[in-house]
Amino acid sequence: MGVMAVYALLPLFWLLVNSTKTQTSLFSSFGLWFSGDFALWDNIVGTLTYNDGEFLRWLANTVLYVVVGAGGATFLATLAGYGLAKFDFPGKRGVFAVVLGAVAIPGTALAVPTFLMFSQMGLTNTPWSVIIPSLISPFGLYLVWIYALESVPTEVLEAARMDGAGEFRTFFTISLRMLAPGFITVLLFTVVATWNNYFLPLIMLSQSTWYPLTVGLNSWNAQATTAGGEAIYNLVITGSFLTIVPIVGAFLFLQRFWQSGLSAGSVK
Amino acid sequence: MKNNHRFRRVATAALAASLLVGGLAACSGSGTTASAGAEGASAADIAKALDTETTLTVWGWAPQLEPIVEAFEAKYPKVHVNLENVGTGNAHYTKLQNAVKAGSGAPDVAQIEYNALPQFALSDSLVNLKDFGAEELKDNYTASTWGSVNLNGGVYALPQDSGPMAMFYRADVFEKHGISIPTTWDEYVEAGKKLHAADPKAYITSDTGDAGFTTSMIWQAGGKPYTLDGSTKVAVDLQDEGARKWTGTWNQLLKNDLLSPVTSWSDEWYKGLSDGSIATLIIGAWMPANLESGAASASGQWRVAPMPTYEKGAAATAENGGGGDAVMKQSKNKAAAYGFLQFANGPEGSKIHAANGGFPSTTADLQSEAFLNAESAYFGGQKINEVLVQASKDVVPGWSYLPFQTYANSIYSDTVGQAYGSKGDLNDGLKAWQDATAKYGQQQGFTVTTK
Repeated sequence: MGVMAVYALLPLFWLLVNSTKTQTSLFSSFGLWFSGDFALWDNIVGTLTYNDGEFLRWLANTVLYVVVGAGGATFLATLAGYGLAKFDFPGKRGVFAVVLGAVAIPGTALAVPTFLMFSQMGLTNTPWSVIIPSLISPFGLYLVWIYALESVPTEVLEAARMDGAGEFRTFFTISLRMLAPGFITVLLFTVVATWNNYFLPLIMLSQSTWYPLTVGLNSWNAQATTAGGEAIYNLVITGSFLTIVPIVGAFLFLQRFWQSGLSAGSVK
Repeated sequence: MKNNHRFRRVATAALAASLLVGGLAACSGSGTTASAGAEGASAADIAKALDTETTLTVWGWAPQLEPIVEAFEAKYPKVHVNLENVGTGNAHYTKLQNAVKAGSGAPDVAQIEYNALPQFALSDSLVNLKDFGAEELKDNYTASTWGSVNLNGGVYALPQDSGPMAMFYRADVFEKHGISIPTTWDEYVEAGKKLHAADPKAYITSDTGDAGFTTSMIWQAGGKPYTLDGSTKVAVDLQDEGARKWTGTWNQLLKNDLLSPVTSWSDEWYKGLSDGSIATLIIGAWMPANLESGAASASGQWRVAPMPTYEKGAAATAENGGGGDAVMKQSKNKAAAYGFLQFANGPEGSKIHAANGGFPSTTADLQSEAFLNAESAYFGGQKINEVLVQASKDVVPGWSYLPFQTYANSIYSDTVGQAYGSKGDLNDGLKAWQDATAKYGQQQGFTVTTK
């Protein structure tokens, strides 16, 4: 357990330590301890103001992609998963097979075809080219499906129907509460996936004004590998540090809901 | 990164395949494409285009492009320029290929390095600038850069920067161990042995295998591994006399563990350049700006000397990196795009480029007194441009790259890279690279002969 904790936390510790160094002391000091001038505030200011405050723009883009993309993906996955779990209709087995197959296909494999398709539609280089593909979460759908089978008793739905509630009303007032832990889990996964999404925006976007943080930071990093480029390792490291702070926060915040779901229903 | 790499390979292969098949049909041997005449414009048309409300998109990563664009917009207020940095090197080319393949989304102007130019030019994705009268600009540029943008009788880009090679070295390290500055490759190997014996942490240079470096080194040694005949016939020979000269030297360094096992452009590399554990760099003339930003703490320690040679006193160098700007076929506004090139790669733009740490390709700038006599504080007051400009005159002529060089470079690590990794014979690596390259070329519909 201790070994695992060190393994997981050491990179984060390294990131924190090195966010406090100037570019010069990055190369001349031991990586895992503080050294030289404490430059964290300068680095943060530098990161937020470099190139007319590019970083803040990328942060706003990332938040947009996460709210619309991950929020939308979670909502769609919940609706569809619930529907598949609780309703019978012809072709259900086929849908099941397609969803399972989709879980198995890595997003990377679909990136180039998606790019060509979007480019035909004239959608490349717009925020839609990042948001639309991230609305699809087969894994999330599958998870909600399984979860709904277990946690939403059919008797409750039947009782609601007897009382004359419509299907949507039942879903939003009764089922959604029962699904909350599953819903939160999917949200967590999609938020993390969209926040860290790199490859799709990399090929879809050619305008830095729409970049998310991942692609933006990489373009900063690439400056050091360019003839005549300005190496800004200290800003890349500080930027990376700032980038993971919100996601760690989101994880800690959502975890409470998530854990309550793990033990829910264990005592009947 | 790994993903990116794999994607790049697949994408480059897939895209290049379709590009070349489409492109070859359109490329006639005479060097002027069938539709080329219709694309050209007279000087009056270009001037008119620059005086019309319009927007140009430029893709490039050179940091000097920003001030150049600003100056251009100030001079031609009606033209608005969107400068986009869509990636560096291969990432940028992949995007460019994607846009070409998709038939939309390409910029009006793209920065393209000399080694990638044949790939885009011969696949008919660039405008032949001859139709705009680029031919007259020949004397403005150095022979080697002009040679690099002339392909198959067409002119496909205007040169921006160049990278004649030189030896950057740490004066303090050589002094400390009492080693004299090498001028030939034999002396270089000797210096490497002495240095590493004196200080096991120090190496004469670092090299874990880099396609661009390898081709430049073979170029300097007089090798001509790639020859083009028309636009479909290619000969690949990575075992010619020049290539063997280079491996003869480099094998000694590799097998005796005299090369620092640090990858170029990594943060460790900058660290080594900062602390002196990498004592020399054989690299293009654009390096000073990178040293100043990436190894700031080593200020005052670096110097520049001519690149070591195989025969004492017979100066010879090669180009390493550098590139120009091209007008894409997809551009809806070719006259204005060429107008931008005239500014950016002409006298006005090249002055701004040089003032911002770029190494020019224009003879006027290279010969100017101010440029030659500039003393660099970082280099301890040395007039570095004297050495670098001389290097630009000593480039071995007659080199050409493959029309699928970016792909060839992407498989370098699987072939020559293996020899580096196992400390084996570089010649075996080169042979493997040659075969893999030839095989790919054949698949793309080229007629490839190998030795």
